[in-house]
Amino acid sequence: MINYIIRRTVYAFPLLLGVNILTFALFFIVNSPDDMARMQLGQKHVNEQAIANWKHQHGYDLPMLWNAKAPAEEKLTQTIFFQKSAGLFLFRFGVSDSGRNIGADIQERAWPSLAVALPTLIIGLVVDICCALMMVLFRSSYLEYAGMVLCVMLMSISSLFYIISGQYFIAKVLKLVPISGYDNGLAAFKFLLLPVLIGVFAGLGSGVRWYRTLFLEEVEKDYVRTARAKGLSETQTLFRHVLPNAMIPILTGVVVVLPLLFMGSLIMESFFSIPGLGSYTIDAINSQDFAIVRAMVFLGSVLYVLGLLLTDISYTLVDPRVRLS
Amino acid sequence: MSSYLSLIPKRPIRLLLLLALCLAGVSCDSSELNNPYRADEEPGAVLYQSFEERPKHLDPAVAYSSNEYAFIGQIYEPPFQYHYLKRPYQLSPLTATKLPEIHYLNAKGERLPDDAAISAIAFTDYLIEIKPGFYYQPHPALAKTARGDYYYHHLNSVDIASLNSLADFIHTGSRELTADDYSYQIKRLAHPKLQSPIAEIMKNYIVGFDDFSQRVADKAKFEMSALPMTGLSVISRYQYRIRIKGKYPQFIYWLAMPFFSPMPWEADAFYDQPGLRDKNITLDWFPLGTGPYLLAENNPNRRMILQKNPLYHPDYYPSEGENADRQQGLLKDAGKKLPFIDKVVFMLEKETIPYWNKFLQGYYDASGIASDSFDQAIQFTGNGAITLTEPMHQQGIRLQTAVETSIFYLGFNMLDATVGGLSERATKLRQAIAIAVDYEEFISIFRNGRGLAAQGVLPPGIFGYAEGKAGINPVIYDWTGDQARRKSIDQAKQLMAEAGFANGVDPKTGEPLILYFDTPAAGVDDRPMLNWYRKQFEKLGVKLVIRATDYNRFQEKMRNGNAQLFIWGWNADYPDPENFFFLLYGPNSKVEQGGENSGNYHNSGFDRLFEQMRNMDNTDQRYQIIQQMQAIIRHDAPWVFGFHPKTFSLYHSWYQNLKPNLMANNRLKYMRIDPVARAEKRLLWNKPVFWPLGLIAVALILLILPAIQSYRLRAQAKLA
Repeated sequence: MINYIIRRTVYAFPLLLGVNILTFALFFIVNSPDDMARMQLGQKHVNEQAIANWKHQHGYDLPMLWNAKAPAEEKLTQTIFFQKSAGLFLFRFGVSDSGRNIGADIQERAWPSLAVALPTLIIGLVVDICCALMMVLFRSSYLEYAGMVLCVMLMSISSLFYIISGQYFIAKVLKLVPISGYDNGLAAFKFLLLPVLIGVFAGLGSGVRWYRTLFLEEVEKDYVRTARAKGLSETQTLFRHVLPNAMIPILTGVVVVLPLLFMGSLIMESFFSIPGLGSYTIDAINSQDFAIVRAMVFLGSVLYVLGLLLTDISYTLVDPRVRLS
Repeated sequence: MSSYLSLIPKRPIRLLLLLALCLAGVSCDSSELNNPYRADEEPGAVLYQSFEERPKHLDPAVAYSSNEYAFIGQIYEPPFQYHYLKRPYQLSPLTATKLPEIHYLNAKGERLPDDAAISAIAFTDYLIEIKPGFYYQPHPALAKTARGDYYYHHLNSVDIASLNSLADFIHTGSRELTADDYSYQIKRLAHPKLQSPIAEIMKNYIVGFDDFSQRVADKAKFEMSALPMTGLSVISRYQYRIRIKGKYPQFIYWLAMPFFSPMPWEADAFYDQPGLRDKNITLDWFPLGTGPYLLAENNPNRRMILQKNPLYHPDYYPSEGENADRQQGLLKDAGKKLPFIDKVVFMLEKETIPYWNKFLQGYYDASGIASDSFDQAIQFTGNGAITLTEPMHQQGIRLQTAVETSIFYLGFNMLDATVGGLSERATKLRQAIAIAVDYEEFISIFRNGRGLAAQGVLPPGIFGYAEGKAGINPVIYDWTGDQARRKSIDQAKQLMAEAGFANGVDPKTGEPLILYFDTPAAGVDDRPMLNWYRKQFEKLGVKLVIRATDYNRFQEKMRNGNAQLFIWGWNADYPDPENFFFLLYGPNSKVEQGGENSGNYHNSGFDRLFEQMRNMDNTDQRYQIIQQMQAIIRHDAPWVFGFHPKTFSLYHSWYQNLKPNLMANNRLKYMRIDPVARAEKRLLWNKPVFWPLGLIAVALILLILPAIQSYRLRAQAKLA
């Protein structure tokens, strides 16, 4: 396993480099350093000298990928790409184009994102599994049919509708929780109630359908018939036999998203004023802050690679038949 | 019934009972469950406001947008300020003892009389004297040991490792404000690393500014304090002098902007230490001023808090104002010590829906009105007057409107072959378009009536603006009865015919004339507006082709002179007509000089009058010259004068001393809040409602019970 992990880590380097180059190319196809300077300097009294000065101060007056005029290795290092991207591999994210340290901002904003995403994931998982098991328990009854129709309806509605309706009904009409906001520590609880509830509700339709499919596959297997023949009740069969066996695909599906929980949900954070990484990224895109954009894309890529690696490892833990080679 | 009761398992019942008890317990103290603020954070008078976009800069040398001024205007104090109540806007001393002494000098440096000819004036000196006894807010940059050394000016990496914000610095200190601090800030404007947005402007005015900028390019900022700038002298501890080139009366307005606030050299010495920047502890995020408030918390991702400055100098509410101010209760606090509010909490709210609802719940003290909530708040009476809706009245909410010192216009590129130039043909074409584009309709449809159709380049409140019949644009409007009426479309068509485009047909092609409208408004939401513009041109038979691009491509077209028609706007830096007319001054052409004359308009008669007018005081003669300039640009029509935006602001009944002042950045110190009245209203408006939750729980149980019954019957049947 150690060799496998080392090999996967080494494979990640060219992948991340490719992601960096692609991000760089895509960003600068759309925006030039002049454009970025104008965005930062505002609209009043901006002339060419001010733009040139801004580009020089931020290192955007260098060539993009290759500095033909520089000597030796500086042909590569004295370029925008190298100056802005090399430090990423050491997790040195540098300073944003508006002057803030990106690493400090990421550290600060990751936790609010996690504070919403992790409870949503865990509670959502529990609720989805319970509802799916209920539907399997009451299969071929009105409850299952009604449940399926309800799941499709829930899946068809946009999450934005859930957010606005949830805020309107629970926060404005019933006045049970604040409409938006955030606080530190345990005081965040009342602010997280509504976004977590909405997050769970919005994912209910798709989650229940998916888990129901997994459970139905297991329910038809021989070991389940054997369990029933031995006299176990339906609920005992489902919870003690079907659920553990169906957990393998569930677990691996959950593990892959765990690292990405830090990245946050853009819409949720915007509407609930949660200072997370989702809104951090979209603000950077809107203000053409390349420094933040490339840092967040890199971070997302690293977390995704990490998630895939954890998924492979978790396979070996839950299924003894699987061995990494 | 008992069979159904027996279906209900015991454990879930215990859980439900526990939940009911919790709810009951909560409802015993169920006041304001939806309060987003902590109860222990509200001692004293606290004002709650919101901000939509985090400020990029709080360094007064760099900050230039209104969302940044909302903070630094309360923290930094330039020598002058705008009087809060008097109109028209006028400057009064803030940290200065009086308005500056202004001396004119010839090329040899000899003093000239005050009425000297402009051509004779080579330099102008502004002599400013500040009041003694003003102190900076307590700050670690100014903290000194018993021996007189600075506590925190020599931090190493070990010291910095344990620090995460300014609050982690235990020791703070203060010192007196001196003239040196004002001089140092002006030098900071010149430092290339700071990239001050007004550096390029000041190079043209302050003597020695450009040379100084080049000399300090590779120096640390705090080292500038020892280096001289030719046009800047510190005469004594409380006096300094700024020398500018020529005569520029509007320079005094710049002195009322945060750019010319004081800055202690200790701030740069402290903040520029390596390692602090990595923790986001910079002057750009933690200001250091002498103003009524200090920035106690800066989390631009969540909230920013201004706290009363304990070392703020004595400052008092004005005792004079306009005639109506006394009736409106704006002079009740005359002579009282400022500020009245202890703390101002700004919360980040990106979306209008939660922001609006929190305002209605009383959790924000003031609000603008977004388009989607306009109908909830505003209604128009039969005669077109604006009033609040009944729900707003019931909550005691008040409306305040103000015409901004701004203008939005449809511009013509005067270098263009079709619409540009001052020939009779092109002028009549532009005049016809100006009549056809009905901005009264635009304001009604797209602004919910929040605007005033512009008659010229000057908005209300700026010297030279004329009301009524004397102020209408006679090319576009007729004065009938007691109001201006837009000329008919037939008159516009007549002008088109005289211009050689009868019925909108281009004589060269025999097809409808095609004009190109360049705009950065490329989103889905902009389509109705762009369609509206198309329809205005269709009235003349002209085909308007929309060339929508992103903002940067649009800017490029404007710089290169490739745009034909465009929309632009301008917000006044200061309340002087020069700040508007310079947008049409020939030597300010965007294409030729990179200036602010975005339409590249050039009329030598207008330019001569501008050069004469710009340095004059506000006299009758100046007024007459301004009317002549207005007449020229109305005739030439380089712009279709669009509208001056009107702000609609809503305030709760407990928020007092409010008067619109579009020039002053430091209004918060005059505001007053009644926290007791606010607490009562919030309690009344925010009683939680629990019964729907019970209803939902009962419905769920009723839904599941038959299924449980059916399952049990099935299980018993199997056993049987």
